[in-house]
Amino acid sequence: MNKLWTEWVIAIAFLREGRMQTFMITIGVAVGVAVIVFVSALIQGLQANVIERTLGTQAHIRLLQPDEVNRLVPVPEGVVQFVNEDKRAQRLRSINNWQQIVAALDERTELTAVSPIVSGPALVLRGEAISSVALVGITLERYQQIVPLQDYMVSGRLSIGADEVLIGSQLAQDLGVRVGSKIRLDTGQQESRVVNIAGIFELGVRELDARYVYLDLRQAQSMLGLIGGVTVIDLRVADIFTAESIAQSIGRLTQLRSESWIMTNSQLMNALSAQSLSTNMIIVFVGISVAFGIASVLSVSVVQRTREIGILRATGASQQQILRVFLLQGALFGLFGSIFGVAASYALVWVFNTFGPGLFYIPVAQSLIVAAVSLATITGVIAAAIPARRAAQLDPVEAIRYV
Amino acid sequence: MSNEIMRLKALKKSYNIGMPNEVEVLHGINLTLSVDDFTALVGPSGSGKSTLLNIMGLLDQPTSGELYLHGQATSAMDDLERTQLRGRALGFVFQFHHLIQAFSALDNVLMPLMLHQGKPDNEARDRARALLAAVGLEKLSDRRPNQLSGGQQQRVAIARALATNPALLLADEPTGNLDSKSAEEVFALFRKIQSEHDCAVLLVTHDPRLSAQCDRTINLVDGRIVDAL
Repeated sequence: MNKLWTEWVIAIAFLREGRMQTFMITIGVAVGVAVIVFVSALIQGLQANVIERTLGTQAHIRLLQPDEVNRLVPVPEGVVQFVNEDKRAQRLRSINNWQQIVAALDERTELTAVSPIVSGPALVLRGEAISSVALVGITLERYQQIVPLQDYMVSGRLSIGADEVLIGSQLAQDLGVRVGSKIRLDTGQQESRVVNIAGIFELGVRELDARYVYLDLRQAQSMLGLIGGVTVIDLRVADIFTAESIAQSIGRLTQLRSESWIMTNSQLMNALSAQSLSTNMIIVFVGISVAFGIASVLSVSVVQRTREIGILRATGASQQQILRVFLLQGALFGLFGSIFGVAASYALVWVFNTFGPGLFYIPVAQSLIVAAVSLATITGVIAAAIPARRAAQLDPVEAIRYV
Repeated sequence: MSNEIMRLKALKKSYNIGMPNEVEVLHGINLTLSVDDFTALVGPSGSGKSTLLNIMGLLDQPTSGELYLHGQATSAMDDLERTQLRGRALGFVFQFHHLIQAFSALDNVLMPLMLHQGKPDNEARDRARALLAAVGLEKLSDRRPNQLSGGQQQRVAIARALATNPALLLADEPTGNLDSKSAEEVFALFRKIQSEHDCAVLLVTHDPRLSAQCDRTINLVDGRIVDAL
């Protein structure tokens, strides 16, 4: 490394001497890096926000009983069978051996929460009003890890004891009820029950706020005629983007229908990946123009310094040393430019977060900054490669005579 | 001959080889330089002086023939080997006192040492200061080249050429660009160097007054040495 010291000294002296060039290309790199960092952070923030809103109220993976299908008697070879088949009506069924499945899933480290749920349709009656709802029977402490209900409560208590239910704000409004009111739940199973409203939540999705009624797992089981059974197992994973592959492996293991949020929100995922693609294109093209900027400044610099390169060669500088002097200049352009650029993007993000529309918060990840600075530095070195090679290969005799 | 520094044997140099305008500039030069030589290389323009000097300085390669530096044949060396040999054994002084503008006088003198060994130690710095003192510029060591007069710059260039303690100092019309007073001073400096630093000197010059003061004169005419003494 002691060897590289001289190259550093020469590179820095050259940069300081060509102050105006250095200043301008540094600004150019800084602008490019600022755009890249700001756009990346903006899109990261936006996507994180969209995903959080989407996933805040749903499980990452749902395990369901597979649909019942008609089994056809196999026919002998060579016989054509015409079938007029009616699809079977899907009745509410419990997942077989769900306790074992839950116990097995609890062991898996890539899952952060496992919540068995019994879910089925019901009608809510209050006076003249009837509303169709989805009963969701849950174990509170397990379900809380899937959807943090306490964050969504708008009134009442978070409690689903005996004959207590939680309903959504929209449903409460439709029925004209408040905490402490009584409603009648009818599941069409010769069973209807009067329950108390313990609390009202607002998930922020109108459909859910109008339809969801949370109650205790056992109570829901008895009301839906599925004593001891569950219909869905909700899962949460540590890394949301691995949900699909985890869902597939769990689906194969358990023989259940396994749906990841990625599959059920394919529109959203398409939008997100299209957005990521366009962001990446912006980054690549800005990066390319930054690289060309550095390369052109250094090309000019090589011409301007032809004679000095010749003198250095005559005083004992090897081709490798000259090469390194110019590669270092490229690296320094990238390094300093990206440091200023990161600072500028911090300012932009601060302005956006402070004075912007306030729809979402943009975080600037440290990994993004490290990546931006190191990528810019590497880009600088690569951009410097061609001019540096030219500098190294100058014929010292001609270089010294160059005026 | 034990005190031989450089020997040129049947050295030829052609340009535009293989093309219709191929031209041979040096037609077989035989020459030996010894430790205590103080030599002037004279000749009319176009006689091949600069070409010969560049070859002797390992900046350029002969088309044929051999150049021995300290008895070592150099024609088969690659660029890196020649660069290292050049940095170690040879010092250059050019007509247009080529200094690097971005560095102070002291750093210019240090440059050959830095290129050779990396970060200069105190010994190297002391040596550079001593060399600047030897050329009478110890007080101006922090000045940039553009803050020095032509004669001062040339003296810095001479100090730089001596930094690696070379065996041979090659100077291409070192006084050609100076007024006669500065030229006298610079020439006197070369003399002093040759005696104090055990360093052979070869000057290319047009000035008959200077060549007359040298111990030995090599006349180069049309790429041939005539009546070398």
